[in-house]
Amino acid sequence: MHDPTSLPLPAQAVRQPASWLLRLNIALVARTAAAWAVTLLLFFPLGWLILTAFKTELQAINVPPLFVFPPTLENFAEVQQRSDYLLYAKNSIITSVLSTLIGLAIAAPAAYSMTFFRTKRTRDILMWMLSTKMMPAVGALVPIYVLAQKSQLLDTQLGLIIVFTLSNLPIMVWMLYSHFKDIPHEILEAARMDGATLWQECRMVLMPLAMGGLAATGLLCLVLAWNEAFWALNLTSARAGTLAALIASYSSPEGLFWSKLSAASLMAIAPIVVFGWFTQKQLVQGLTFGAVK
Amino acid sequence: MSFLQLKGIEKAFGDVHVIQGIDLAINKGEFVVFVGPSGCGKSTLLRLIAGLETATGGSIELDGRDITQLPSSKRDLAMVFQSYALYPHMSVYENMSFALRLAKADPAVIKDKVERAAQILNLGAYLQRTPRELSGGQRQRVAIGRAIVRSPKVFLFDEPLSNLDAALRGQTRVEIAKLHRELGATTIYVTHDQVEAMTLADRVVVLREGRIEQVGTPLELYDRPASRFVAQFIGTPQMNVVAATGLPQLQSALGVRLPGDGAVGLRPENVALRAPGHGHFDGRVELVEALGAETLIYVSTEGGAQLTSRQNTRTALRPGDSVGVELDASAAHLFDAQGHAIPAAAMH
Repeated sequence: MHDPTSLPLPAQAVRQPASWLLRLNIALVARTAAAWAVTLLLFFPLGWLILTAFKTELQAINVPPLFVFPPTLENFAEVQQRSDYLLYAKNSIITSVLSTLIGLAIAAPAAYSMTFFRTKRTRDILMWMLSTKMMPAVGALVPIYVLAQKSQLLDTQLGLIIVFTLSNLPIMVWMLYSHFKDIPHEILEAARMDGATLWQECRMVLMPLAMGGLAATGLLCLVLAWNEAFWALNLTSARAGTLAALIASYSSPEGLFWSKLSAASLMAIAPIVVFGWFTQKQLVQGLTFGAVK
Repeated sequence: MSFLQLKGIEKAFGDVHVIQGIDLAINKGEFVVFVGPSGCGKSTLLRLIAGLETATGGSIELDGRDITQLPSSKRDLAMVFQSYALYPHMSVYENMSFALRLAKADPAVIKDKVERAAQILNLGAYLQRTPRELSGGQRQRVAIGRAIVRSPKVFLFDEPLSNLDAALRGQTRVEIAKLHRELGATTIYVTHDQVEAMTLADRVVVLREGRIEQVGTPLELYDRPASRFVAQFIGTPQMNVVAATGLPQLQSALGVRLPGDGAVGLRPENVALRAPGHGHFDGRVELVEALGAETLIYVSTEGGAQLTSRQNTRTALRPGDSVGVELDASAAHLFDAQGHAIPAAAMH
């Protein structure tokens, strides 16, 4: 090992940077390795799912598990053939998009009045709304099922839209309330002094300033509605089933067909994952609201 | 028939009566300043006039029209907020033209008005910038420009200089005064700073706990305060107010019959210091503040009363020195036990 101190001038200068750099590198390498380890751990189930979707059934149950194999598309073809993927996808898209839009239309005015026209009871109302999310959904299963049945909303898109809207409403109101609070109320008062009606005040001043918050809230609730499985499975059957139902239908009594299940799952989550990838900046902003104040 | 008339205005938030029966008449073209300590209700009163709060009692008439029930957008008033309240997502031009665009005015007319206002306020170079890119003073001017462009019936200012540093405050104060001379617009200006009140106002309204203490020109308030509160609020340093019994020699010093349980007020410039033994009575120097153009000397007396003396010359006095105190009896203000001023004539 070449002794740095035997170098000609400047020996002192050479020795210090070398060990300092080494120390820095070790810390950096250790941090990077840890980050990768955690990421791989979290990604593993999803990654395994993707791999398994391209295997045959035999390859899927192979011991030891196969990482390298000739891929096949037969599972996707069979899923497409056996069940109506497009119907489920259409239901998913319609129910999640519509429930998000309707939810925003209701939540925005609610958050507006709670932020800018607070009363003594405002905080209580917000807490009460949040508390409805604390109960497990299954606790309300029977009453909601009976209500849906009596109103003939079982196995309909409308039924699901109503349930999705109402389940996500507390989250939407809270998130919008938090975003609206960041807007100084004097700006809205200035708009009023300038002659703006309520609608003009909201459209020309509030909306542009709150657009980021609205988008983030909408995106988050879109994802939540898309992934919603409990109500989707319990309230729908052949006609209004969403992609959650598609996945569930591959858990059959004959046993689990891993590769078909994986293929169906992949087809169910692909649209929302791609969508989420392109909107990740807004999604993260929405999820971390209130964390940094 | 005055331009802006407030009759019996009241405002309560729940059980708290913030404004309690205000009657005020403001003339066209007048610059009126609402002044008072924090919590006296001056900003609330301004917001009631603006329509941002609804009065729980009373009426407001503007130019012969009852505007009490009208929303802010229809009152034809313009307000300059303490925090400027500029629209962050719009440029300076768009901020200033917002009201006219809402009123669907002709774009050419809008452009002309905005450019003229920008010229008056030296904002010509900044029209395309957003508020984020401006300094505090520039934002303040945009807020004022936004109000000017509308040519409203009344300008409302809510402590507009509070967020500026001292140098900028003085400068902007002068600009506001010049603006008022040029435009001649009726203005209501709220401040807690009595220097702004004294220098800008045609008339000053002193408020306290939701009621009007006194209305008058700045010098009227200074020379003839109607109450002890106004006497001590207006004027820096504060007027010396001593209980009638606080200074034994006061009676002979002033040569007037003093109110038994009342108080006597003398402005610092009416308290002169002489050599010990001369003057009406003696005192001891506690503190000397040399401000350059004037000197403030704090003196304690036998009865325990603390007096402030102001003089235009430098002094060799130091804390601990004995001095003679001479009072200018003709400038004394007398107050009864409730704090109301007693007219001087009544005391001889």
